[in-house]
Amino acid sequence: MPKSSPSIDMTPMVDLAFLLVTFFMLAASIRPSDPVDVDIPTSISDVAIPANVVLVTIDAGGRVFFKMSDSEAKRELINNMMSKYKGLKLTEKQVEEFTLMETFGCTVSELPQYIDLSSDERRQFNTPGIPYLDSTNNQLKDWIYYGNAAAVNSGRTAFEDAQIMGENPEVKDYLPKFILRVDSKTLYANAQKVIDVFRDLDLNNLNFITSLEMAPL
Amino acid sequence: MAEIAEGGGGSHDKGKKRAKKSSTKVDMTPMVDLAFLLLTFFVLTTTFAKPKVMSLVYPAKLEDTDDTPPQKINNAITFLLTEDKIFYYEDEFFAKGNAQGEPPTVLKETNFDPDGVRLLLSKGNKYVIDEKNRLEKLVESKQMVDSTFTKLIVKAKQDKRALKVLIKTDDKATCKNFIDLVDELKIADIGMIAPVEIMKSELDLLKEKSK
Repeated sequence: MPKSSPSIDMTPMVDLAFLLVTFFMLAASIRPSDPVDVDIPTSISDVAIPANVVLVTIDAGGRVFFKMSDSEAKRELINNMMSKYKGLKLTEKQVEEFTLMETFGCTVSELPQYIDLSSDERRQFNTPGIPYLDSTNNQLKDWIYYGNAAAVNSGRTAFEDAQIMGENPEVKDYLPKFILRVDSKTLYANAQKVIDVFRDLDLNNLNFITSLEMAPL
Repeated sequence: MAEIAEGGGGSHDKGKKRAKKSSTKVDMTPMVDLAFLLLTFFVLTTTFAKPKVMSLVYPAKLEDTDDTPPQKINNAITFLLTEDKIFYYEDEFFAKGNAQGEPPTVLKETNFDPDGVRLLLSKGNKYVIDEKNRLEKLVESKQMVDSTFTKLIVKAKQDKRALKVLIKTDDKATCKNFIDLVDELKIADIGMIAPVEIMKSELDLLKEKSK
């Protein structure tokens, strides 16, 4: 009986391993690090997040963070905020950095300092979040108001571009959508105060971010 | 493949002076190690579940709503949420010793089991669910197009016979409680969902009940 060799041909296995590596590398998307961790609740809704959004995050402790998807609109937003809050002075470089920043949450006076931090330091940054409880200093309301105005403008530009390209766009697809990202453990009373800020601005159609769970049969 | 090239050879060339032929085989073990390391990394970090959104329309804010008399509500359920508990009452709220002489409202407790909220809602919203089943059959038998179906479903949900739901929360309810309930309402095809401010008398009743 011939002695079988102890070495096996590994080529098919290696082929498969590299195939899988390639697949997962291409399928993975790099997620920008957020300054706050949120454990989102589940629902059966299967609607994807729209393109043009104004997103408000409320963490478990009730702190509020803000995000906008369109970076050109963010430039308009920060310019309007600077003319509203005279104390807020940003350099050209900081404005550039602001438009690239994803989720952020700090008071207007902390903003220049916040922008200069790295994304890891922003996680550690001790901040009360965007103020939204005090009616005389409701900064969240200003962020949403100017954010909405800027997002409407950028949405209109995108709509006109799509028309020029000969597509048949619908206006409602380009209007900004308002999204709330709440933690499962956030008190609803806190979320309600943020929702009231939206409602004060006559923005009543809100969306909650949820992760998909199976619908009962 | 992936074997260590051994020097020398069989016994037949023993003693022969011959230039050592280098093997064409390369040791692949380190590469394979790396490939599997990367594979493990990507498998563990990739998440395929993209977050979704659940839309909810809030009632528009009205100026000075305090003085307007509450509208008569028919075929409605009001849910009162507190920390991990869920109470409800049907139709209108009657405080103790009300002027209409109606018996005072009693809160009933329910839960997220299949025979809890879901059963309650499917009974209350029978009209919409029956209508949906009827229309779905028509679509299946190609007697109706999808766009008409969507239009009629929206109409059925706004119908007088459809169930209306009000959601009220106290200061202990979490967003998870709220979203779980809204999710149940969406499963039961409720078209009219209104998250509203809780009244003082309801809050007292809720406190007493959840003790």
